[in-house]
Amino acid sequence: MIADKLQQIGAATIGNVRGYGRAGIMLFGALLGKPDIRKGFPLLVKQLYVIGVLSLLIILVSGLFIGMVLALQGYTVLVKFGAEQMLGPLVALSLLRELGPVVTALLFAGRAGSAITAEIGLMKATEQLSGMEMMAVDPLRRIIAPRFWAGVISMPLLAVIFTAVGILGGHLVGVDWLGVDGGGYWSAMQANVDLYQDVMNGVIKSMVFALIVIWIALHKGYDAVPTSEGISQATTQTVVTASLAVLAFDFILTALMFGG
Amino acid sequence: MTTRKIEILVGGFIVLAIAAFLLLSLQVASSGVAGTGQSYRLHAKFENIGGLKVRSPVKVGGVVVGRVAAIELDTTYYRPVVTLEINKSYSNFPETSTLAILTSGLLGEQYLGLQPGFLDETVEILADGDYIEDTKSALVLEELIGQFLFNRGN
Repeated sequence: MIADKLQQIGAATIGNVRGYGRAGIMLFGALLGKPDIRKGFPLLVKQLYVIGVLSLLIILVSGLFIGMVLALQGYTVLVKFGAEQMLGPLVALSLLRELGPVVTALLFAGRAGSAITAEIGLMKATEQLSGMEMMAVDPLRRIIAPRFWAGVISMPLLAVIFTAVGILGGHLVGVDWLGVDGGGYWSAMQANVDLYQDVMNGVIKSMVFALIVIWIALHKGYDAVPTSEGISQATTQTVVTASLAVLAFDFILTALMFGG
Repeated sequence: MTTRKIEILVGGFIVLAIAAFLLLSLQVASSGVAGTGQSYRLHAKFENIGGLKVRSPVKVGGVVVGRVAAIELDTTYYRPVVTLEINKSYSNFPETSTLAILTSGLLGEQYLGLQPGFLDETVEILADGDYIEDTKSALVLEELIGQFLFNRGN
């Protein structure tokens, strides 16, 4: 009885660790070694388009609306204390520190991460990856590496765009609609936002999230069971695991950066 | 879609991101002390700094002329020493100036109010590293209430 339970726990642990190991080997195989700029750059640009540019619309629209809602809700509370000139710092700090990096990462996991997993999973199921190996093309270098770099480059950029659009959205609602003083909106923001403490830490956060999301997406696709059911499971797992990992790491990073 | 079109769109994406970052770093965040340009440092000793923090503003008649750069404790007399970073364009305060810790509004943040003093032949201008001698500490509400009750008891 007890031996069976122990065996179950042991098997689950070994399976987990094996998964991390395979993910690590995949990443190192893709990234180590001399990069071939001439061959790699067009592949990277293609993936920047698919992963970055095509995610732009959802990022712009959600950034605008989140900024607008933040200003609207912040205003209803702040106006009770006669502190509506603090609307600018409220919107800017929440977006820069938390919402910008986190919501971008969640949207990115749903928009781009799932697509990457499904694409690589299907390549595996239709044996395109094995076909490449037969032709002496390393699929890790040709398929995994450009997607990894494209994700790591484009997500901080998307988070910065998200934050900027959100602050403009907050201006739209707070200043143009609710009548907060426009000069106060910007000057209170400037007095309370620090370039290194807030802006840079937000960018660092979103770089970490980019690494997590893109790694999970690539690994789940590369490790998917090559059936239609397996690919659908892998896609779901990518979104769920990546979102949870982003939220967990966000707590850790916030505690490290702003908790002390 | 042709490669050229994709490359143009990716280029546009990067440019948009750079523009957003510039907006964040120039319009949203304040870099450096009051405005641009260089600054010089003054020191001041207080009895009690209350809720003063690093980066709290230093104001002359409501105009921000600098910020608090550091707050330390003098280990011989155990009095707080505040270092101010003042914009170079306001560099002619006489040494008779007074510095007080004030509060903006009833519940607002605390800031340093600098009151320029008089100037005659014997008075020098404050330079980098000088101490402002005449300081007024923060009002601590509990001490105030304590004094009030003590006076009523008499």
